[in-house]
Amino acid sequence: MLEELFPNVIPEDLWEATLETFYMTSIAILGTLIFGILLGLLLFLTDSGNLWQNRFINFITATIVNVFRAIPFIILILLLFPFTDFLIGTIRGWKAALPALIFGAAPFYARLVEIGLKEIDKGVIEAAKTMGAKTHTIIFKVLLPESMPALISGLTVTGIALIGYTAIAGIIGAGGLGDLAYMKGFQRRDFDVVLACTILIIVIVFIFQYIGDTLSKLIDKR
Amino acid sequence: MIRIQNLSKVYKTNKQEIQAVDNVSLNIEQGEIFGVIGYSGAGKSTFVRLINRLEEPTDGSVVIHDKDITNMPKNQLRKKRQKIGMIFQHFNLLWSRTVYENIAFPLEIAGVPKTKQQEKVLELINLVGLSGKENAYPSQLSGGQKQRVGIARSLANDPEVLLCDEATSALDPETTDDILDLLVSINKKLGLTIILITHEMHVIQKICHRVAVMENGKVVETGDVLDVFVKPQSKTTKRFVQQLNPLEHEKDKLAEFINDREDSEVVKLHFIGKSAKRALISEVAKTFDVEINILQGSIAPTQEGAYGTLFIEINGEKEILKKTIEFMEDTGVEVEVLKHA
Repeated sequence: MLEELFPNVIPEDLWEATLETFYMTSIAILGTLIFGILLGLLLFLTDSGNLWQNRFINFITATIVNVFRAIPFIILILLLFPFTDFLIGTIRGWKAALPALIFGAAPFYARLVEIGLKEIDKGVIEAAKTMGAKTHTIIFKVLLPESMPALISGLTVTGIALIGYTAIAGIIGAGGLGDLAYMKGFQRRDFDVVLACTILIIVIVFIFQYIGDTLSKLIDKR
Repeated sequence: MIRIQNLSKVYKTNKQEIQAVDNVSLNIEQGEIFGVIGYSGAGKSTFVRLINRLEEPTDGSVVIHDKDITNMPKNQLRKKRQKIGMIFQHFNLLWSRTVYENIAFPLEIAGVPKTKQQEKVLELINLVGLSGKENAYPSQLSGGQKQRVGIARSLANDPEVLLCDEATSALDPETTDDILDLLVSINKKLGLTIILITHEMHVIQKICHRVAVMENGKVVETGDVLDVFVKPQSKTTKRFVQQLNPLEHEKDKLAEFINDREDSEVVKLHFIGKSAKRALISEVAKTFDVEINILQGSIAPTQEGAYGTLFIEINGEKEILKKTIEFMEDTGVEVEVLKHA
């Protein structure tokens, strides 16, 4: 039955491409999480009226974030070729897609982190100050835990965008389902391969959304 | 114990300067409950935030236990803040933490070891009457319970003073009374000095020993609660006192009883402290040949004694009326004979 519907699909290839997409996305999400939270915290803390209030650093951070968000992802990959070559040692394969994926997604996530942090009740931060809390205590024991549901749902949204990015990266040889769909499917006019890849990507997105929603709900005690 | 001298706070915006707190000087004694009352915008919230430097003062000084807060370096101030508890109108609890974890938070900040934390937290939970709620999250609690958590949290590091910023303003009247009772019992049990900011005279009347009235950033009146109640000096204070005495609003209704006849007088009696408990009316009725008609009355308990108001109509012969009033004045009750305006 499956062979009739998808005559040109080689299961081993499909499985390998799925794994590549999975690795690419997972590591990119991890990188995005780390850099996104760092940037988001920096944006939030240096904003006026906050703990590290600093116009200059806030402006610089905001500019970097905005510039990288403004560059279309396909162009970002091309622009980062030299950097990727230097860092990874190659510009081919799923590992070579990571810098562009993280550079593309982290600034987007940083803004979502900033929004999440801004939604924390200012009074709670004030209360921590009255108890004599240091800034790092406020960050790790107030800011991050109190914005956790927003951080998680933001990461879900970003993660799903990242899955889309990995497919785009596939077109220039990053491997994964996007690569398979374009090279083996579109180029050879085997549209059943394109369809199979699409279905798998949709499944991955759904799984992602489900995990994100469940986690966010579980952690939200408001 | 707390000396506040010439404390000022000026906010500068592009076009104008706003003097939120204007040259406030106060002395607050060890173990007293000191109230600061004012309408919104009077600067009372800014004032209380200057005490622990949540807001930096523009001028003046705050000295707590001989330590000047205002010129303390940041790291020293952080240590000192552990000894200045604070509770808030909107409780400001961490929703991500349970009751237990919320109360443990200031102990974590102070670096208290886990085993000692547990002992202290459970003791505090008992003190504020939340036993059994240790593992509840703030969202599962009522407003009053949340404020109890806030109070327990503020007491965790055995503070020298507790600042209350409109701590009961978000609560219904009954819960307000419960929380006020709790504050009084903590004040008595721990000898804790409490500085309380409010816009409700009821709160001042119920638990404060002394009060300062604020208006436009300035303290316009200060003194023992009972004195301020009985003899309010400033216009603002008078308005606050009236808030509490429903009879003041109904003076008009007494008009029909007031007449120009010589054998009838309408008298307003002020009972203060011990005199409030005296059976004055029946004494008068037994001693003099007069008829007494009680029109209206109310009594308000304060920390320093009760404070009551009674409107009566006395009928009798002119001479006897005069003697009756003199007799009442001699007992220490304040007597005011009402005439048509």
